[in-house]
Amino acid sequence: MAEEILARIKDEFSKKILKVFEKSSRRIYIDFDAKDIPEVVSFLFREMGGRLATATGIDTRKNIEILYHFSFDSSGTIISLRTLIDKKNPEIESVTPIIKGAEWIEREMHELLGVNFRNHPNLKRLLLPEDWPERKYPLRRE
Amino acid sequence: MWVFHFAAASCNNCDIEILDALTPKFDLERFGILLVGSIRHADVILATGAISHKAAVRLKRLYEQAPKPCLVVAVGSCACSMCIFRDSYNMAGPFDGLVPVHAYIPGCPPKPEAIIMGVVKLVKALRKG
Amino acid sequence: MAKTIIPVGPYHPLQEEPEFFKLLVEGEKVLELEIELGYNHRGIEKIAESKSYDQVIFLVERVCGICSTSHPIASVNALEDLAGIRVPERALYIRSIIGEMERLHSHLLWLGLAGHFIGYNTVWMWAWKYREPVLDIFERITGNRQHYAMMKVGGVRRDIESDDIPGIWKMVDGLLPALDMFKGAVMDDPVIHARLKGVGILTKEDVVAYGAVGPTARASGVAIDVRKDDPYAAYPLVDWQVITQEEGDVFAKAVVRILEMYESIKIVKGCLDKLKLVGGEIDAKVKEIPPGEGIGRHEAPRGEVFHYVRSDGSNRPVRYKVRAPSYMNVPTNQKSVVGGTVSDATITLAAVDPCYCCTERVAVVDRKTGRKGLTGQELIKLSQEKTLRIKKEMVV
Repeated sequence: MAEEILARIKDEFSKKILKVFEKSSRRIYIDFDAKDIPEVVSFLFREMGGRLATATGIDTRKNIEILYHFSFDSSGTIISLRTLIDKKNPEIESVTPIIKGAEWIEREMHELLGVNFRNHPNLKRLLLPEDWPERKYPLRRE
Repeated sequence: MWVFHFAAASCNNCDIEILDALTPKFDLERFGILLVGSIRHADVILATGAISHKAAVRLKRLYEQAPKPCLVVAVGSCACSMCIFRDSYNMAGPFDGLVPVHAYIPGCPPKPEAIIMGVVKLVKALRKG
Repeated sequence: MAKTIIPVGPYHPLQEEPEFFKLLVEGEKVLELEIELGYNHRGIEKIAESKSYDQVIFLVERVCGICSTSHPIASVNALEDLAGIRVPERALYIRSIIGEMERLHSHLLWLGLAGHFIGYNTVWMWAWKYREPVLDIFERITGNRQHYAMMKVGGVRRDIESDDIPGIWKMVDGLLPALDMFKGAVMDDPVIHARLKGVGILTKEDVVAYGAVGPTARASGVAIDVRKDDPYAAYPLVDWQVITQEEGDVFAKAVVRILEMYESIKIVKGCLDKLKLVGGEIDAKVKEIPPGEGIGRHEAPRGEVFHYVRSDGSNRPVRYKVRAPSYMNVPTNQKSVVGGTVSDATITLAAVDPCYCCTERVAVVDRKTGRKGLTGQELIKLSQEKTLRIKKEMVV
């Protein structure tokens, strides 16, 4: 089952996949350019029935890395889409218009890491108090 | 004695043990201790949690509204000293840095028996004067 | 008609300041719901970066008090995924026993609170009374009623002695007549049918759009359960079923939780039987965590707990991500509470079983006058009064 999922993604996005890392049969990491993320997310969600479990943002010092973790429940496989964005001006298109459940996930990355999600319907603070200083991102490695 | 329960960024274990103290097995009410819904009726604040910034704002406002004298009991290790959350970026606590605290009941969480013992000890100490 | 906003209180007596959920209402109907978090944000992910992996497991246990072993289970799963560690069989059974006993105490807790919200205070007292033996057994085998510190990378920290097995068996067995009573009380009571059926419906489409998990999803016919989908611990080794319902209303969510408790008892008994036969180590004695990344999950009482960890070969995580189930479930209230009535708001909000720590209070403010509307206590009272009305109407 996991092989079929991976095969289908490879098939659909053969030109856009940057790298595939098969950690195990049920944990696969696929690298994409940030600009391709909405298209891949849409395909995984709408065409393949994948569920966005959550997304992890990481300050790797060199850049900001975002992992979108998709669960394919019928086979227990998690496909994590990995993308890197520029740390000085971290921006990526929001996937909330595609998946409502992404709203809070992106808001959290926005306030804790400073990522701007373009076209997010409601990019306000979620966890930090209103008087938390601007441009101070707790999960950054400054 | 009317107690008001205030949870400030807690994992809720202490809060559940406090509510547990009300159930028939432990029955706080036999000591004359009643949980009230409004701070204006409270003699005692049972405070739990490690206090985030947002919670600290609320705590100060609440303490001002409480009729004095009002005793604060810190329930749980987080309320007593913040414990593992001491260095976190979002914490404003512990309680004794923000309001006077009259009794500490440590534990993670403290058992209902410990909570009852703590409150009863406080009552006895007050009665002595 | 003037639109009023109503605050909805948490389970315990609420302080008067508004918080999390703001209901915008017109008369009896809820038009809009605003959800605000942050009160409980403790910065756990950041703290994790300065702790060793063993400490992280203790740290994440305190994300939530009610489903406290769920985070350690997801945590060890993530680290074992990262490092490719095989856990000894005996430890797998112990993990599932602890996990399922937690589900039992958590669902009983929920049952009690839900009962309180609709005015069935005897359900509240009985549910919490039957919770106590579960907590007593926890204390006996782990040393604490909550926060059990049982999980470690590669195994469990304490064994379950053969002397303890009859006590655990007796405890779960003793829950069966109580469950039968709750099942009858909820599923056969016409007043509860009238009170909860059709209330707070969440459609299958919305479950998928919001990525809802756990009983919240399963009550709407979405059959996802990490224990079956991505098996771990002893779940593939014993016999049990995933419970679903179709209607997606509060009633369906209650039924899922009640029936799940029967399955939990089956799992515990199955594991106890295996423990009598399977000896050996309970710990793979892991020395270090290599560089890499891992994902671990657990089907907590509220749904999927998701942990991601990245390691650089040192003894501290580079990054530790925690996503609790309520994070996905609480936003679904936009669909299930909006369009309903004020008297149904409390029970609908409670139906996703929000972990206190993941969600918080509810507040209502009158938009026109800026005056505060009903308090949390008053909202619970409204809910209880609705039940009384239904009861009266049903008496012929």
